[in-house]
Amino acid sequence: MATSAIGHVTGVNGNMVNVRFTDSVIKNEVGYIRVGDIRLKSEIIRITDGIASMQVYEMTGGIKVGDEVEFTGEMLSVELGPGLLTQVFDGLQNPLPDLAEKCGFFLDRGVYLTPLPDREWEFTPVKKVGDTVIAGDYFGTVPEGIFTHRITVPFSLQGEWRIKSIAEKGMHHSRSTICTIENGKGETKDLSMIITQPVKVAVKSYEERVMPDEPMVTKIRIIDTFLPVAKGGTYCIPGPFGAGKTVLQHLTSRNADVDIVIIAACGERAGEVVEILKEFPELIDPKTGRSLMERTIIICNTSSMPVAAREASVYTAVTMAEYYRNMGLDVLLLADSTSRWAQAMREMSGRLEEIPGDEAFPAYLESRIAEFYERAGKVRMRDGSIGSVTIGGTVSPAGGNFEEPVTQATLKVVGAFHGLSRERSDARKYPAIDPMDSWSKYSGIIDHGEVDEAYGYLRRSNEIAQMMKVVGEEGTSLDDYIVYQKGEFLDAVYLQQNSFDPVDATVSVERQRRSFAILLAILRADFALSDKRDARTFFNELRQRFLDWNGTAESDEAFAEREKAVIDCYKGRIR
Amino acid sequence: MIEKVYTKIDSIVGNVITVRAEGVRNNDLAEITTASGTGYANVIKLDGDKVSLQVFKGGQGVSTGDSVRFLGVPMRVSYSDNLLGRVFDGAGKPRDNGPELTDNMVEIGGPSVNPSKRILPNKMIRTGIPMIDVFNTLVESQKLPIFSVSGEPYNELLARIAMQAEVDVIVLGGMGLKYDDYLFFRNTLEKSGAMSRTIMFIHTASDPTVECTLVPDMALSVAEHFALDGKKVLVLLTDMTNFCDALKETAITMEQVPSNRGYPGDLYSSLASRYEKAVSFVGAGSVTILGVTTMPGDDVTHPIPDNTGYITEGQYYLRHGHIEPFGSLSRLKQNVNKDTRSDHRALMDGMIKLYSACKDSQEKRSMGFTMSDWDEKLLKYGKLFEERMMDLSVNIPLEEALDEGWRILAECFEPSETGLRSDLIAQYWPVKER
Repeated sequence: MATSAIGHVTGVNGNMVNVRFTDSVIKNEVGYIRVGDIRLKSEIIRITDGIASMQVYEMTGGIKVGDEVEFTGEMLSVELGPGLLTQVFDGLQNPLPDLAEKCGFFLDRGVYLTPLPDREWEFTPVKKVGDTVIAGDYFGTVPEGIFTHRITVPFSLQGEWRIKSIAEKGMHHSRSTICTIENGKGETKDLSMIITQPVKVAVKSYEERVMPDEPMVTKIRIIDTFLPVAKGGTYCIPGPFGAGKTVLQHLTSRNADVDIVIIAACGERAGEVVEILKEFPELIDPKTGRSLMERTIIICNTSSMPVAAREASVYTAVTMAEYYRNMGLDVLLLADSTSRWAQAMREMSGRLEEIPGDEAFPAYLESRIAEFYERAGKVRMRDGSIGSVTIGGTVSPAGGNFEEPVTQATLKVVGAFHGLSRERSDARKYPAIDPMDSWSKYSGIIDHGEVDEAYGYLRRSNEIAQMMKVVGEEGTSLDDYIVYQKGEFLDAVYLQQNSFDPVDATVSVERQRRSFAILLAILRADFALSDKRDARTFFNELRQRFLDWNGTAESDEAFAEREKAVIDCYKGRIR
Repeated sequence: MIEKVYTKIDSIVGNVITVRAEGVRNNDLAEITTASGTGYANVIKLDGDKVSLQVFKGGQGVSTGDSVRFLGVPMRVSYSDNLLGRVFDGAGKPRDNGPELTDNMVEIGGPSVNPSKRILPNKMIRTGIPMIDVFNTLVESQKLPIFSVSGEPYNELLARIAMQAEVDVIVLGGMGLKYDDYLFFRNTLEKSGAMSRTIMFIHTASDPTVECTLVPDMALSVAEHFALDGKKVLVLLTDMTNFCDALKETAITMEQVPSNRGYPGDLYSSLASRYEKAVSFVGAGSVTILGVTTMPGDDVTHPIPDNTGYITEGQYYLRHGHIEPFGSLSRLKQNVNKDTRSDHRALMDGMIKLYSACKDSQEKRSMGFTMSDWDEKLLKYGKLFEERMMDLSVNIPLEEALDEGWRILAECFEPSETGLRSDLIAQYWPVKER
């Protein structure tokens, strides 16, 4: 490994700096550009004829030709260990609250702090002297909040190693040596609770990948029932601005039935991150009874922060997700928005003067997106425990048009597509997921055949609605009109969900099954309705009753009564 | 740094010149002396000893033998209370007849605010315009664009907000303004007495393009420093479309690969780094940004409004001389309209719903259907709503606007027809006029 190679700046173009080097350098190696007293972190992204092109993770003002660059010999990495949870990092794993304490209101450049807190943890060894370990094995645990955090052998370790010494149960400092290992050649390595891992290299060290077959419940009806996401699966949420992408992600981050949620706010509004920062510590996770923040990590590289670090932020986030997955936990990574990440790549590609592809995105856009989503998955560890990383990314297509490179490249690799539509959000039909365009390849909480049947009504109703625009209500037959009303009914009482209503905002699996059964019975029923006016009045009343029921908690006395009101209402009119 | 003068300009392309020089830092400022006088340029690219600079006054008339002197500092702007009431151009030179200010120079385009230092915005900014105050409240530290098309009275609207908004300092950044518009702003603010708390950075349509790209940075840097000193600052930017077009021009000159309709790939980042300057400082002041974006061809999917919409916290649509009730959105209004008056939210939703129903009736009428009693009531309501709420000349505080809302409802409907909660009706429904 080349240690502390030195280079000198030969050119600056936006956030890209060219550096002439003498010794050897590694692609994706990190270097620091010295500008006066400060050091600016950057990464080598191309090497040509003795010149390393580096993307700088900071503003490049003040850099001059001849400035010295120190190379570190390390690829861009994150620290992994106990204490990641509850933290708020920037894209390079700088803890933002600590940074604020040090620098005040602004993000001063060139300040890099230790990501993980220096503190003591109660260590319990699970291996003993003489045991052999390989990369990714764990030799002890510490309690981190509600989780048992596994202390891991670095993922980059080659071959089999034997434990030479290991600390006893008790309080140990996170950075002190608690285990020494030795390989066949007699080399030794000291291990602490903290390991580093290059962010662009996927963490493996598991036994095998298994099919993602268990639904990840979000408590949002349209997702869980109609467009499910599996634990270890991938999904994307494209939509124009104002359609509710971020709101949907926030809801998911609160309610998703997983152990850990990692939120990567990538190139979006700072205000939205602030909402999470202020709300999450106050919100209680119903599953654990603890603050939601205890299961959350936030990586935030908002739109006004340096672009290159935005590119790094999604990798930082997914590396942490993989780390916790390897402890046998279910992790959900929410990336908002992957378009900003793709734009960061585009910006860099432009500076490198690469031949542009569609809309000036680089030709490798698709493979990068695919690589990223492929880091999701459900895996079985060597000890038999199962962990998963689920990735949900929002996409912000230019002009709300899904026929653009980022959306299209994403659709090729994800397992579910939740497309938001302007029409639905304008009509205040939330969540504004378009039921007709969206799809999912996963199986959800309700029998596939029944869901398809309900979809059938929706599709037919939609067709009739289109037709009715041309021929008018008068030109539509009563039978068609009833199907149309059924579709509208399904939309109003099931697909739409009021996230401001304390009861309707989160709907449990049991409750979804219960109301879906009634819904399906209504869809299948053959109603005796005399004319269109009668049909409209009937469905309006039925809708009102169903919505009243939706808004009633199961613990409420009126619950059974309101359920009955729905059933009585529709049964009374069956032919 | 040694101030060496370079007198050999290698190339002049558009507004960008290159000279061979050493020890020059990225983004540094340089002084360029041409036959027509002295102006500034800043370093935008370094390649070996080849330094590319963009000349603020433009490349026109620059001779290859003109002298370039590097100043060793980045672009800065003077910041002090002396700025109040003054007018500058895009390069920071006085546009009025006042003296040039050089004291307390501060950097422009500084670092971004740490998200963990931000707070949830919770203070309303009163403008006296019911369509804003009642229906889409402007909130301190919000960033909001006015989406409009050429010919709409967006500058009149901005001037009114500047005169009436309850803030300490107003910074107006004009980009590609018609000279008449600049005069209009100046005269209006002077007449109303708001000029003493206003600072203007004005780039007119006939000024060099590069200066246009500097205006938002100048305006926002000054605003940020006033905010850090505890002032509540409102920044008005008009028209951001000209700013984006100026960016496009520079990018194309620099042979950057365009991404969408000729705009550079970093348009989103460029806009975001400006709009995100909107902030509330804990224990100090705040910056609120209201910008105008004229949509080319009234197309909201055009790259400029599209990228803007992804960045800002809502938008106002200004069409046919009034702020549209539909489509306009202040994403932060929920943070403040719960604490104004108990009827605010309900009345806001109720009136919009009825106006929407009125639109349906209007459509029905235009298609020749017979109008029911209810339709007639809605049509009457729509007319009153447009006259007494939407018209931009209406100028009343929030409370009066809410009262007016109740009066309009009472003139058109029975209480039960409004869909409003009975307790609110009991409290606010005007009694006399029934």
